Amino acid sequence: MNVMDTRSTSALLYLDGVHVSFDGFHAINNLSLTLEPGEMRAIIGPNGAGKTTMMDIITGKTKPDEGTVLFDGVTDLTRLDETRIAELGIGRKFQKPTVFESQSVEDNLLLALNVDHSVKGTLFWRGSRSEAARIDKVLETVRLKDVCRKLAGSLSHGQKQWLEIGMLLAQDPKLLLVDEPVAGMTDVETHQTAELLKQINKDHTVMVVEHDMTFVRELGVKVTCLHEGTVLAEGTIDQVSSNDRVIEVYLGR
Amino acid sequence: MPHMLTRSLDRAATTFILIVAACGVLIPLSNLLLPAGSALQVPTYLVALWGKYVCYAILALSIDLIWGYCGILSLGHGAFFALGGYAMGMYLMRQIGSRGVYGNPLLPDFMVFLNWSKLPWYWYGFDMFPFAALMVLLVPGLLAFCFGWLAFRSRVTGVYLSIITQAMTYALLLAFFRNDFGFGGNNGLTDFKDILGFNVQAEGTRAALFALSCLALIVAFLICRAVVSSKLGKVLIAIRDAESRTRFLGYRVESYKLFVFTLSACMAGVAGALYVPQVGIINPSEFAPGNSIEAVIWVAVGGRGTLVGAALGAIVVNYAKTFFTSGALAPYWLFMLGALFVLVTLLLPKGIVGTFNAWWEPFKAKQGDANAESAAREDGISEAKMAE
Repeated sequence: MNVMDTRSTSALLYLDGVHVSFDGFHAINNLSLTLEPGEMRAIIGPNGAGKTTMMDIITGKTKPDEGTVLFDGVTDLTRLDETRIAELGIGRKFQKPTVFESQSVEDNLLLALNVDHSVKGTLFWRGSRSEAARIDKVLETVRLKDVCRKLAGSLSHGQKQWLEIGMLLAQDPKLLLVDEPVAGMTDVETHQTAELLKQINKDHTVMVVEHDMTFVRELGVKVTCLHEGTVLAEGTIDQVSSNDRVIEVYLGR
Repeated sequence: MPHMLTRSLDRAATTFILIVAACGVLIPLSNLLLPAGSALQVPTYLVALWGKYVCYAILALSIDLIWGYCGILSLGHGAFFALGGYAMGMYLMRQIGSRGVYGNPLLPDFMVFLNWSKLPWYWYGFDMFPFAALMVLLVPGLLAFCFGWLAFRSRVTGVYLSIITQAMTYALLLAFFRNDFGFGGNNGLTDFKDILGFNVQAEGTRAALFALSCLALIVAFLICRAVVSSKLGKVLIAIRDAESRTRFLGYRVESYKLFVFTLSACMAGVAGALYVPQVGIINPSEFAPGNSIEAVIWVAVGGRGTLVGAALGAIVVNYAKTFFTSGALAPYWLFMLGALFVLVTLLLPKGIVGTFNAWWEPFKAKQGDANAESAAREDGISEAKMAE
């Protein structure tokens, strides 16, 4: 295991001096960022700022060329693959809602539960009351109880986004990475999603990438603005949105 | 594991098993007991022909398990079928003993012909049926395991995987064509005499082989159903539909693919082993890439991801093949097969059974809802009782 002897940081997620380039293009450039346990952080920034690439690095999809990525202060994430990182307790919601369309809402959540994920375990799996109860609870939280038997593919766009958040809840990770949860949602849905994330944040650490500034404001959490693969500004939404550089490259005058 | 069995048997599955079982019993009985020439008597040549179809149906099931449920399109599954066939062929060769043309008690005819003085080491043990039967499973299984381990760990997917499976079967085709490879070269293995002491040509043996093939089809079907109706089956479908999502949920995708690919190869091997004594020959042409592609067409025609459809597709397409290649249309069969594939892809993308299911689903859903509601009420009652 890639566990260091002593814990060097109190942060749940610690990125320091991370570099990634694709064919000479510096997607991530000396990125440093820390996330404390229990925190919710909003990440904003223009297209191509490296927000999704950063999530790819944290979840093991992309390996950084340089830099440190520590989870829980001891685990070096750059040496692990996606499966192992998911097992450690990092869950991810994709930009485009990615649910298992040909399976029912219930089955989607069943697949997401953080129970035995081995070949043998799933082959000889039998349902249990505690699993059913957990699925039920998630269905209530994400308001999909009425459609739990429906195929995930038949849900509306907003419902799919919620189902994916529900899958994250079923996975019960220590850290949730949520990529653009309100893209394509109505105002009401956006508001409900903000409420949902706040509720989730009560017992999970969350990182949200979002373009919708009303939504970010509604979350009312610390904001980090990325630009060209590095941190441009960090602070409350008011501090960040009054920062001259942020206005110049992202918000516009 | 009774829960796995009950979960896997829905109405369609039960019907399928009953039909195959009925064929497996009635066809051999009619062949053996009714007088030849009677209207209901199934002639021996048909028993052998249909036995061949049943073996193809097992091969189709094995392809449907990986393609229909896990999205692995193998265009080289004929290789596992042929390897199982060769393992059985080697046993049958050793059973010939001194009855061969050259009368050598130990060496098969082709080895004597090539002036070989002793049996190659890899032919040892094949005189014993249990060993040969083990090899029928082990050789295709091991090849699939090694091949899959390399391919899935390196995340080779989609069309690239299909191409390397083609390359695999083509490489084996070339290897088995060589005389010095030790499997009879171009001619393959043939002139079989006995299987387990029974004459392979005898009517009784053929009828028994047919019945055994039906039994193997049922067992293979039950295994597939148990796999796809377990939670593992849901994971397979998840991998098929959104592989990286499945990974981010903490599933080791390559292990799942490896498991199902190896299982599928073992099933294909059994199909090949039952096929060889019924057709009386195994030669390198069984490795031809075209054979594997044809098998994929059976599954597409029947309906992938349905299991029953795969078996049905294998039988329907092969029946058509027999029908058309024995008449004036024989030269055009390959064009017809190609046209069939194009038409099915365009007009019936879900295949015969998939299309039927889509049509039947609304009726079934109504029934299902009613059942679910009554079940839910019962649940409610029992929970209420427990609360008291």
